[in-house]
Amino acid sequence: MTKLSKKFFALLLVGIMVFALAGCGNPAKETTKETDEGKEELIVVGYAQVGAESDWRTANTVSFQSTFVEENGYKLIFDDAQQKQENQIKAIRNFIQQEVDYIVLAPVVETGWETVLGEAKEAGIPVILSDRMIDVSDDSLYVAWVGGNFVKEGNDAVEWLDGYLKELGRENETINIVTLQGTIGSSAQVGRTQGVEEKLSEHPNWVMLDKQTGEFTQSKGQEVMESFLKSYDDIDVVIAENDNMAFGAIDAIKAAGKVPGKDIIIIGFDAVKAAFEAMIAGDLNCSVECNPLHGPRVAEIIQKLEKGEKVEKIQYVDEGVFPADTAADIIDSRLY
Amino acid sequence: MIQRIRNRLSDNTFLLFITICLFIAMYIAGIIIYRDNNFGRFQVFLNLFISNAGLIVAAVGMTMVLITGGIDISIGSVVAMTCMLLAWMMENKNIGALPAIIIVLLIGIVFGLVQGWLIAYLKIQPFIVTLAGMFFARGMTAVISSDIISIKNETFLAIANAKIYLPFGGYLNRKGTMVYPYLYPSVIIGIVVLILIYMMLKYTKFGRSIYAVGGNEQSALLMGLNVKRTKLKVYVLNGFLAALAGFVFCLNTSGGFVEQAKGFEMEAIAAAVIGGTLLTGGVGNVIGSLFGVLIKGTIETFITFQGTLSSWWTKIVIAALLCFFIILQSILVFTKHKRRKAIT
Repeated sequence: MTKLSKKFFALLLVGIMVFALAGCGNPAKETTKETDEGKEELIVVGYAQVGAESDWRTANTVSFQSTFVEENGYKLIFDDAQQKQENQIKAIRNFIQQEVDYIVLAPVVETGWETVLGEAKEAGIPVILSDRMIDVSDDSLYVAWVGGNFVKEGNDAVEWLDGYLKELGRENETINIVTLQGTIGSSAQVGRTQGVEEKLSEHPNWVMLDKQTGEFTQSKGQEVMESFLKSYDDIDVVIAENDNMAFGAIDAIKAAGKVPGKDIIIIGFDAVKAAFEAMIAGDLNCSVECNPLHGPRVAEIIQKLEKGEKVEKIQYVDEGVFPADTAADIIDSRLY
Repeated sequence: MIQRIRNRLSDNTFLLFITICLFIAMYIAGIIIYRDNNFGRFQVFLNLFISNAGLIVAAVGMTMVLITGGIDISIGSVVAMTCMLLAWMMENKNIGALPAIIIVLLIGIVFGLVQGWLIAYLKIQPFIVTLAGMFFARGMTAVISSDIISIKNETFLAIANAKIYLPFGGYLNRKGTMVYPYLYPSVIIGIVVLILIYMMLKYTKFGRSIYAVGGNEQSALLMGLNVKRTKLKVYVLNGFLAALAGFVFCLNTSGGFVEQAKGFEMEAIAAAVIGGTLLTGGVGNVIGSLFGVLIKGTIETFITFQGTLSSWWTKIVIAALLCFFIILQSILVFTKHKRRKAIT
């Protein structure tokens, strides 16, 4: 008797599981029903996102989620790949079967996309890339790429510095610069370094004393800055290839008894919210934006494609330069 | 009726029966819930195999190891190392695709041989040995190259991208063209491995002795089985399957990358347990592990079709399923124990 009841109990559990699963699905069922009525007009977009590894990434996700809403005529299917390429490949295959109208992909890695994007192409679904580029021999596998222009960010930083020095009346002085580079080989490091160096050559009185990698982290940035301060006693400008390293540099400069933002001009990249706080405190002089808000631009591309217009293959998002004096006005509008 | 089904099935097949029922129930639920989103298409089902071919191969090997009462947590790293080696040999050393594949499979065998020897002959805990193996293989992957290597070898890409169309189950897509379902060679490899290992476990002397060793090592020894040799062979075969899983995985991603296949071994263990394999050894079935993989794939498909749920829910549902199956297993073991007592 007990044996029977236990078996019965086991099967009951199975029943509950199946029920629970069906229950999980129920809300989804309702939403699909609702959208059924407006299905004709809604453009279905599948977004294969990298994950949620940083504030930048989260802001990027939110940008898509707030742009591709039903009020704007879209239905967004969002997939978080948990930093795994194989998950993105699976998601894209599922998007294809759902016959979404567009696939947006923010690739985890650059390689290995030929097969699955070939399937999308065969199914006639246009693919738009966001943020990172992919390494494929056939560039018809995607219709457009949207992302930041790191070289331009580097140019912008130097241009701002030029203007700022003129404001201070120091344009004819010898200016000693050090650079805290990002992780060597990353596209942000390569682009920003190139952008800075391009513009630097236009200023013969500016000297790049040294550059070294701080690996995009605050602690490493501080460490490198400390060694710079020991080796060179006349540093005028620090260019940190992201804000986190700039924060590290600020700590190092303070520890060396100098005043960051005054004795030494500090420029950061990314323009995260914490950078605005540092600018308001007067420690940081400027941050060049790396804009994660790709959603509106992707929506623009989709609208053009819907009308049958041609779109530019490479599209840079607008990126601003935020000097310290504007920080207080802008900080509240920053999303990340 | 339950009693009747239960009586006809052994514990082993009863667990398998539940897994298969669960998969079918989930799949039908998916077809009903997402009927507007083409969940019922045959291609969606095939995609479960396409996306998880590597995991099927790895789970088959893992099941075999678990049946002996052992464990192998190195396979995720071995998969990453295999991908990296393949990419590195083909791209940086200009070795042809076929020799490269043979070399990585041999490396897998050697890897299994070393681990198996340590486990079987030196009687070191399999967990510790394969933990070391896990760190070693991951470390080697980074040493070979810390950059991502993309595979451009034409032969390799030809294998990876060779679509095999099925002559039935076609459907009209939204452009009105007839599309036939397809699969890739990787799926064929997965299915062939599954069938071969299934046959081996069921019909060969070696296969039966794996169960005997896992069921009770002492009595297997008394029966005159060479326990050490059997274990060694299992780990060698598993090493080969891990490398093969790596090759199949690489067909899907066509590149080498240090961070690849992290947590892969845990997915394989989860699939085996959901498929009715007991971690204590002696009980298990590769068909069950296949369904374990398919259940995982179905949950993932559910979540992408749903569109707004966080993909991390996959892990939570897997956790719930694991709990459910472990409880079920212990109930079965408990009742069996009682029955035995009643007899004696």
